[in-house]
Amino acid sequence: MDNLPWIFVSALLVNNFVLTYFLGLCPFLGVSNSLETSFRLGLATTFVMLVTAICAWILNTYVLVYAPYLRLICFIVVIASTVQFIEMLIKKLSPALFRAMGIFLPLITTNCAILGLAIFATNRGYGFWEGIVYALGAGIGFTLALVLLAGLREESELSDVPALIKGTAMNLIIAGVLSMAFMGFAGLFSST
Amino acid sequence: MKKNESYEEFLKGIWRDNPVFAQVLGMCPMLAVTNSAVNAIAMGMATMFVLVGSSFLVSTFRNVIPKQVRISCFIIIIATFVTIADYTLLALVPGVHKELGAFIPLIVANCLILGRQEAFASRYPTKLAVMDALGMACGFLVALFSLGAVREILGDGALFGVKLFGDSFEPWVIMILPPGGFLTLGVILLFFNWFKYKKDEFLDDVARAERSGADG
Repeated sequence: MDNLPWIFVSALLVNNFVLTYFLGLCPFLGVSNSLETSFRLGLATTFVMLVTAICAWILNTYVLVYAPYLRLICFIVVIASTVQFIEMLIKKLSPALFRAMGIFLPLITTNCAILGLAIFATNRGYGFWEGIVYALGAGIGFTLALVLLAGLREESELSDVPALIKGTAMNLIIAGVLSMAFMGFAGLFSST
Repeated sequence: MKKNESYEEFLKGIWRDNPVFAQVLGMCPMLAVTNSAVNAIAMGMATMFVLVGSSFLVSTFRNVIPKQVRISCFIIIIATFVTIADYTLLALVPGVHKELGAFIPLIVANCLILGRQEAFASRYPTKLAVMDALGMACGFLVALFSLGAVREILGDGALFGVKLFGDSFEPWVIMILPPGGFLTLGVILLFFNWFKYKKDEFLDDVARAERSGADG
């Protein structure tokens, strides 16, 4: 139980999903053009991650012990149906929130960070609470990276950048610098 | 003509519509596993197998799969091929499998593969779809290899594990760490942009010259 905070900080900063594991880069580069939308996308992703972590734990404990080769197919189906289900649920419970999230909810299905979370949690043999804390850390870390990049991109919109480097090339280089900054967190734990 | 057409589908994936450099798809595996040339090639081959196999199946069954559930069908077909690739790599090259780790199952979530099924394989006949998949996969392999080779040479002073520079070489460690992936890909994309820009400029010049020639 006492390593729960460690798992959280590790997923949040030291092993940030976007900047160290390169997971979820498509929304990271595609959607991060405004602070507002990237924050919302981050929240939606965190929520789906939490639900996925719980489902993955249930699957791992009760179903996949009998058929480990079905792991990947099961996870994918679970993620796709979770996203669909959450979409319907939010639409029913809070139409305003549904409108705010818009197309981001279905897009989350193809976010590799979600599948990556389920697979990493399985590989490391996380239990129920560890899985939830891990998902929370990873989700908040994803949001943090997204919001940081969006802020930098909004700034760079206003500055005079050569036309040649504008766009994806510059975003990647900004992300590289961010990633370098996050490497500094590796010193937080001597055991990593 | 027919042969020419499928050849064309093959070629476009390698350069003009290169999945990584031109369309910026499939970035996650692209950056995560390219810290050495061997890993990059193993990843490229696994992706090629999955892409070609699922394109073949999807375009063969394109008239049977109902429109409403097509995405789920594609995903399940892709996931099946990825599982096959995962276990094959584990049996043949356990060392590489261990190094790629969780990124082999993550091929499922590679947007390049799902994108090709949705945009091409589900609309065109089998032969064209397979050629398109082969071309895209080769383009992806080329991109992976160029990134992996650059990072391994700069970060480790070696290519395929063979030392290139002798003992006095000080490895540029940042290149095989995560930031190096972002920076290298950024610089490669910059070159790609520059090349395209030069080409557009050249074509404009030619067009202008032709126009003035016609006027005069």
